Amino acid sequence: MMSSAEVEIIALSLKVAFWSVAASLPLALAVALLLARGNFPGKSLLDAVIHLPLVLPPVVVGYFLLLLLGARGPLGGLLEQIGIVVAFRWTGAAIACAVMGFPLMVRAMRLSIEAIDPKLEAAAETLGATRIEAFFTITLPLALPGVLTGALLSFARSLGEFGATITFVSNIPGETQTLPLAIYALTQTPGGDAAALRLCALSVILSLGALLVSEFLVKRANRRVLGYDAVGRA
Amino acid sequence: MTLSVALKHEVGAFRLDAAFTCGDGVTALFGPSGAGKTTLVNAIAGLLRPDQGRIELDGEALFDAGKKIHIPARERRFGYVFQEGRLFPHLTVRQNLTYSRWFRSGARPQADLDHIVGLLGIGELLERRPAQLSGGEGQRVAIGRALLARPRLLLLDEPLASLDAHRRNEILQYLELLRDEVKIPVVYVSHSVEEVVRLASTVVLIASGKVAAVGEVEEIMGRPDLRAAAGVFEGGTVIDARVVAQDIQYDLATLAFDGGSLTVTNLDALIGESVRVRIRARDVSIALDAPQRISIQNVLRGKISNIGTDSSGIVDVSIAVGAVTLRSRITRRAVQQLALAPGLEVYALIKAVSLDRH
Repeated sequence: MMSSAEVEIIALSLKVAFWSVAASLPLALAVALLLARGNFPGKSLLDAVIHLPLVLPPVVVGYFLLLLLGARGPLGGLLEQIGIVVAFRWTGAAIACAVMGFPLMVRAMRLSIEAIDPKLEAAAETLGATRIEAFFTITLPLALPGVLTGALLSFARSLGEFGATITFVSNIPGETQTLPLAIYALTQTPGGDAAALRLCALSVILSLGALLVSEFLVKRANRRVLGYDAVGRA
Repeated sequence: MTLSVALKHEVGAFRLDAAFTCGDGVTALFGPSGAGKTTLVNAIAGLLRPDQGRIELDGEALFDAGKKIHIPARERRFGYVFQEGRLFPHLTVRQNLTYSRWFRSGARPQADLDHIVGLLGIGELLERRPAQLSGGEGQRVAIGRALLARPRLLLLDEPLASLDAHRRNEILQYLELLRDEVKIPVVYVSHSVEEVVRLASTVVLIASGKVAAVGEVEEIMGRPDLRAAAGVFEGGTVIDARVVAQDIQYDLATLAFDGGSLTVTNLDALIGESVRVRIRARDVSIALDAPQRISIQNVLRGKISNIGTDSSGIVDVSIAVGAVTLRSRITRRAVQQLALAPGLEVYALIKAVSLDRH
């Protein structure tokens, strides 16, 4: 049904999206916690910087990444010395996706952490828990629906990421050519319309699937966390 | 156990400057809302770091601003029952009760759990989630959770405030049971006279951030001068009595105390049981002769020991009835008309229906 090229494109897209989410999740959680519970000078600035990828043209983000992490970039040079190359590799595509999806992930997590009464953590402390223990036994489980929502939003965003990826790691079949990049390449090729349409259809199915899975997981997490279905439909 | 607290703390325009010492049994931090009771108890628990002062338990400093000592809440081993329960919504009742086990080891955890669950009557609720509990059930679980952490001291911050009168009475019965069964010192925050009289042995009266008085519950509740300071309760007399007879036909009970007996209405206690009765000063009338043909059921003979010198129209009169000093609140005109004076033999009249049930 699917050609091997199509399977390869989808497998690569899923791999890139998965690793972009997996690698950025702990950092996003830490930042969300900091923004939700912390009170420090420069909080507004941090908040704004986190949200930048949401408002900047993706091509700008991709270009910054290229300048920073490219072979001649300050960070890229350092990484190359220890044998890590991200420019024009699938890992670079994952980094681009992670940066683009980061604000979405932080936002969802932050909202769910802010909804948790910090007094519950104080109660946990009177029962012998340290701050960290209270976080892992009370705050994190209660924030789980938000964490899942954030992760899946970022995952869906990664599946659709185009501008930053193509600018940073180019459009290399088998290495950095994710689904949107492949569709773009086909539309630029004479006679590629039919193949492009097939990939578009696959893209719709994939995104829809991701959203449905997300909905299901969040509902289940809410039931497990609160013992009832707490997701109100706004 | 001896807990001594001396601290100063400022929150916005509010200043707390309180010092008191308390021991075993139930100590009530009593005073009107906004007097600083919760701030005080949070400082004792270690959830709040006061600006200045020292908190000490049996000589061990829990907090000392000068020496920069602040033992964190988790290491103080104080159980804390919050006004709003604060059960963990994602855990079952059983998991809430045993939460402290993850961090503290007890000697016989299962036996403890069974004992506390039995005492509080929450065996049926163990597999439920907090969202499926009523307010009263939730507070019982919260009390159990605090007790199962094997605390050295139990802090209760208005645990009945969010409950209706019926639930409040139910939890009060459990708290009385705990006071008598579990030998843990308790600091009980409340603005309710009824709760304090029923549970406490020592009262620390808090008014606008300061300690207005410390003393035995009978003493504090009897002092009319503290009424203004507290602004929440009217003077009266607390009497420890014992149920000696019950009249089922009329739904009355007879209580004996050091100085006589009292008839009260539908008391929820058995013969032989100890009860505490609070008689409001304004419910006590004074007569010079034993009254005839009168509906009042309680006529106690006594001797006036003191007459208040308040310049207003209202005067508080103390009457010694046996070992008990009964407070009566009457008008200044009545004092003059009857020519009341210390040493005079009088009859104190108390309507049976005016007595608070404790």
